[in-house]
Amino acid sequence: MNYYLSEELNDIKELCAEISEKYIIPVRAELDVENRFPAEIIKVMADSDLFGIYIPEEYGGSAEMFGGGSMALCVATEELSKACGGIAVSFAANALGAMPILISGSDEQKRKYLPDLASGSKLAGFALTESEAGSDAGGVKTKAVKDGDSYILNGTKQWITNGGQAQIYTVIAQTDTSRGARGLSAFIVEEGTPGFSYGKKEDKMGIRASSTMELIFEDCRVPAENMIAREGYGFIVAMKTLNKSRPGVAAQAVGIAQGALDEAAQYASERVQFGQKINSFQGIQFMLADMATQVEAARALVYSTAKMIDSGEKKYEKESAMAKVFASDVAMKVTTDAVQILGGYGYMKEYPVEKMMRDAKITQIYEGTNQIQRSVIASALIKETAARGK
Amino acid sequence: MRIVVAVKQVPDTSEVRIDEERGTLIREGVPSILNPFDEYALEEAMKWRDELGGTVTVITMGPPQAEAVLREAVAMGADEAVLLSDRAFAGADTWATSHTLAKAVEKMGDVDIVMTGKQAIDGDTAQTGPGIAASLDWPQVTFVGKVREINEDNIIAERYVEGGCEIIRSTLPVVITVLKDANTPRLPSLRGKMKARKIEIPVWGMEDIDLSGDEVGLDGSPTRVVKITTPEIVSNGEIHHAEPEELAGLIVDALLGKEGE
Amino acid sequence: MASIEVRKDTCVGCGACIPSCPFGAISMVEDLAVIDDSCTMCGACESSCSYGAIIIRTEEAGGFEIDQYSGIMVIAEQRDGEIDHSTLELLGEARRLAEADGSEVSAVLLTEKAGEWPARLTSYGADIVYLAEDSQLKHFRTEPFSRIVENLIVEKKPAVVLAAATTTGRDLMPRIAKNLNTGLTADCTELTIDPKTGGLLQTRPAFGGNILATIVCSNTRPQMATVRPRVMKTIDPDDARKGNLEKINLSPEDLISRTEVLEFEPLEEGEIDITEAEVIVSGGRGLKSEENFALLEELADLLDGSVGASRAAIDAGWIPYPHQVGQTGKTVQPKTYIACGISGAVQHRVGMQSSDRILAVNKDESAPIFEFCDEGFVGDLFEIIPLVIKEIKRRRK
Repeated sequence: MNYYLSEELNDIKELCAEISEKYIIPVRAELDVENRFPAEIIKVMADSDLFGIYIPEEYGGSAEMFGGGSMALCVATEELSKACGGIAVSFAANALGAMPILISGSDEQKRKYLPDLASGSKLAGFALTESEAGSDAGGVKTKAVKDGDSYILNGTKQWITNGGQAQIYTVIAQTDTSRGARGLSAFIVEEGTPGFSYGKKEDKMGIRASSTMELIFEDCRVPAENMIAREGYGFIVAMKTLNKSRPGVAAQAVGIAQGALDEAAQYASERVQFGQKINSFQGIQFMLADMATQVEAARALVYSTAKMIDSGEKKYEKESAMAKVFASDVAMKVTTDAVQILGGYGYMKEYPVEKMMRDAKITQIYEGTNQIQRSVIASALIKETAARGK
Repeated sequence: MRIVVAVKQVPDTSEVRIDEERGTLIREGVPSILNPFDEYALEEAMKWRDELGGTVTVITMGPPQAEAVLREAVAMGADEAVLLSDRAFAGADTWATSHTLAKAVEKMGDVDIVMTGKQAIDGDTAQTGPGIAASLDWPQVTFVGKVREINEDNIIAERYVEGGCEIIRSTLPVVITVLKDANTPRLPSLRGKMKARKIEIPVWGMEDIDLSGDEVGLDGSPTRVVKITTPEIVSNGEIHHAEPEELAGLIVDALLGKEGE
Repeated sequence: MASIEVRKDTCVGCGACIPSCPFGAISMVEDLAVIDDSCTMCGACESSCSYGAIIIRTEEAGGFEIDQYSGIMVIAEQRDGEIDHSTLELLGEARRLAEADGSEVSAVLLTEKAGEWPARLTSYGADIVYLAEDSQLKHFRTEPFSRIVENLIVEKKPAVVLAAATTTGRDLMPRIAKNLNTGLTADCTELTIDPKTGGLLQTRPAFGGNILATIVCSNTRPQMATVRPRVMKTIDPDDARKGNLEKINLSPEDLISRTEVLEFEPLEEGEIDITEAEVIVSGGRGLKSEENFALLEELADLLDGSVGASRAAIDAGWIPYPHQVGQTGKTVQPKTYIACGISGAVQHRVGMQSSDRILAVNKDESAPIFEFCDEGFVGDLFEIIPLVIKEIKRRRK
């Protein structure tokens, strides 16, 4: 479907397609096997101005030129994900890490941290998840205790994307243990701060080019001015951050699905069995038709949500959740079907689709599991119904 | 430092196919691209501009649609562009082409280096670069695989020849033709793409460059194409289908002679 | 100004010209071919029309008294203390062309110390050798070489000047042609005399090797051409051949050069010039990775050969550019060329089709390479090549 993107958004798409062709596709299998972060490709992206597309011009970015930044992020992430979901998330996770600063940071904080993120000279990561706090974000146990004009952080964050590669982390920690979720606060912690170290690097099923690591805080002293907004505001910052960046994950899922669909369609047009190309068999045709329709529907949901956000809409929690849950489920289905269509070849590492299937799975899990997404959607619906009933 | 890069819009000849029956090229679906060798020349020019300061101007001689490759070059980082276009330029061989490009460089004035790719992937002659140098009466360094140094007076470059590499020093101004070994061309940046869309590209015709009809285009070309054919493929090879072991044996027979003979 | 015309009375609207245009400039309007501004007058459509409906007209240029020019001049090249083999090939070709009208074949030699070389050039076909000898001519440098040769051409008026399409030839000849306002055709693979005009028909690959273009230089002289090495054949040398030697007088101005050769760095141990190899084992897209080229290296070593590659492998970064065989890489003519996982697209083919013997291994039996190889083997190179290596080692014991 032609979405009649603006020239500027098309520039992003073209640029990402070029990066994919020249830099990502040749190495994606290797990075997957070696569990290796694509440092060289990150540099290419930075040199091409990709990192600033969601950051306002005031802080060194170019978001205004792209209509706000959400569509831009989705277009970029989707295009890169067609080639490799792991490399794409290494790009997109920076927006996630920067989002707390963007949404709720003070002007000084924005001036201090955003320009480097916009230029790509520094990378960011968002640190919420812990071993006991996944879907239950309120279960965060990392503590931040006020001491003079700083806070002392103690605790361990788990499964942080860009962990070990980023220089700037937005960390959610407990400042008031008596208030549950309302006792959380958000902090900006820079790599190299004494008491902040990295733990193990995870060995994942998919998106293996993405660096996923533990962050360990041991009496880590963070200046008070690094707190975002104020004490107790951390949960809201986290939720707003996830709501706004969620379309990006949905875009990643759409991209992975599209990449798999393209491979399957191409293979079906070449593979001959029983004297015919297999795309002349209705069984295959129907599979491809369903795959294509679902990917298109997922894309439409993602783009509509992104447009909403760019247009200034304040409440988009439900739509954001819908886009993510639908697109990720589609990605899992489409990649699985792609492997099926490639048959035995699809199961071999020599062909790219088994990796796509492994990459797709995480999109149903992170940035809020699909079960949580459904709860969110249901809650919103219930509220709307109640409001209508009055 | 003022560097001019002469580029060409070419059909992507790696995508070109032949209509075997008619012996003609199949043009449909073959995109027009910036000549790949010129990308390397452009990158080299920008590299040295970034280091020494100055400007990079891209020029091309072609029909109006050739403007697209100039905009592509600006998106990659060229500072300005000029399109040399005139009905009279059509049909030019390398003599007329290099003459026209050289006159444009003269008109610009104050140019220190002209860089161009080793060859265009449609003509494949590799003659235009030296032709420009001759027209300008500048020294030339061809087959440059690496530029080691550029300063106010000289350029020092590695010229890749048969059996090795010559280290050449030349005075400036100079024309150099560049190989793919020289660098890795950068991608266009988003900023660049935006600039490329908005930038005004002047078009210079025959009179703008003080040329006359017998110096340009087909009339100014001492050579002419009189025939185009497709190469004949002689297919009489024996194709073997067998298990890998047997195939390997046959290959070694072909290489070393049959065992026992 | 030159013009192109579709003759309305002759055009039948068959549309054969449309796909022939490399620039997409032709369309059919009411059964008549129409050519738009994208036309570059390359002449492809003129050739494609079986009805002669497309005509390109140019104005005749004057200024050259064609009849005053005769003879075939070959620019000799030296390398590694020897006359380069390509020079001998050119002399052989010049002799064949000269048979048509008894033209004189001359060779031009610019060098530091000529030694036995004039005699060698004579025995390979030169009737006369023009020699410039000076310490400043030890290395090829564009300006002195072009100046000296230009002066000689103006004086001796050869009808044809040939040089090998080496880095030297391709540097020197365009400069001379431009200065003498005459035509130059690059990288010719075939030269013949047109019986109608007596002019030289110069045939060469273009468009990445997808087509062969025949080019003429009708109105100016000399007709200049660089010729692809390893395509033409030498004559059998005859030490008894008689030839003349004429020294070129040099003045200091002739030798002025704004370029200097500071140093020559020969290829390092392990770096090869694949054009010298007798056996080339070449890999393409089918190799799939950098590591897999080690397999080809092992086979090449066993056969005392070199490793080549198609553009796909180079672009993927699996092996460096000096190994590239093809239109934008090197042209090779080894005794044996073993193509592994190479589809055989034309851009690659033109770089290796003159190999004495081509063996191809590819698991896709519809790959174009099987259409022109001498022996093809349909199968997985990753299974076959290790077995080939094993078998070679076994037989050699």
